[in-house]
Amino acid sequence: MKRDQALQALARHYPDGIVVAVYQTAFDWMHIRPHDLNYLCTGAMGQASSHGLGLALGVPDEKVVVLDGDGSLLMNLGSLVTVANMAPRNFFHFVSQNNMYEVNGKYPIPAATTIKFDQMAIAAGYRYAFSFDDIGQFNSEIEGILDLEGPVLVCMHIEPGEFYPLDYATLHSEQTRVIFRNALKSRLQSHLQE
Amino acid sequence: MTLPIKGASIIKAFEDAGIQSIVALPDIVTCDTVLWPLSSNPNFMFIPVCKEDEGVSICASLSFCGQRALLLIQHTGFLDSINAIRAIAVEYQLPVVMVVGLQGSDPDTHPNQSKSIGIRALAPICDALELCYAFITDEESAISIVEMIETAYENSSPCAIFVPNPPV
Repeated sequence: MKRDQALQALARHYPDGIVVAVYQTAFDWMHIRPHDLNYLCTGAMGQASSHGLGLALGVPDEKVVVLDGDGSLLMNLGSLVTVANMAPRNFFHFVSQNNMYEVNGKYPIPAATTIKFDQMAIAAGYRYAFSFDDIGQFNSEIEGILDLEGPVLVCMHIEPGEFYPLDYATLHSEQTRVIFRNALKSRLQSHLQE
Repeated sequence: MTLPIKGASIIKAFEDAGIQSIVALPDIVTCDTVLWPLSSNPNFMFIPVCKEDEGVSICASLSFCGQRALLLIQHTGFLDSINAIRAIAVEYQLPVVMVVGLQGSDPDTHPNQSKSIGIRALAPICDALELCYAFITDEESAISIVEMIETAYENSSPCAIFVPNPPV
């Protein structure tokens, strides 16, 4: 399935929540679902799941979706164990698997043809894990998956879709961090008033 | 005569500074008197990690939630996490507080003169990263732990608190 199709499906069912996104998926996501609760400041490759875990533990009443990459997750595989150990029920870990370092020259990841992130997640202790390569099936199951108790991992076998520009300036800007911080503060205050 | 710092004083400094979460990987210097007591202390959420750079990110993201966290690690893990510290803590100017035990430090030698290059290099690395740091050895310095944590969160800036010798 194409990445933009998968992200559009996710955005339809998750229009308003916290999302931690990395690299090409982040560039796509910024256009597909522009939102103040997009957390883009992961800083160092591989760290998305760890940022997501901190957010999930810090705001347990909010869902946190992590849009990770295969090469990125390989740099921080231990985080699967760390996440599983803390077992945040609001943690949803999506991994775009295209078997390559897409923004770093499209060089293949190690064990590209054999690696199975969903099985790794279950072995680490995630509550649920899924793997999709068909957009129709992904479309029909994504809503139910987002209603599950986390931690959940969803491996999306994807190929590039529409091209979105590599906007590193926005990714790393202080303004992006300020916007997220203020948006999260507002969200938490609105919870207190409910 | 200065008294060596107590593990209990370090933990009290964390409490006094409003720390809510401890993110940690075992370090031989601080394990017995700081990590073990902390891990069962109900005043803190305890988050064990598999690798130190995870902790940099967890502390950073918890700060966006208005929570104060602290990363308790060994200096080898600090060295291993330099890119995450550089990008997330320093460049993003986020309040990542690291308490770092210096494994293999000689109690009679200042860390800057250590025979271990990994220990001797810590201060120059922090200087190069423009990262605030201090070496904590005696009871009187416990107050500076509180001050460094307060400053980190008030200014949204990282800091490293190095513990060369095992607290008593």
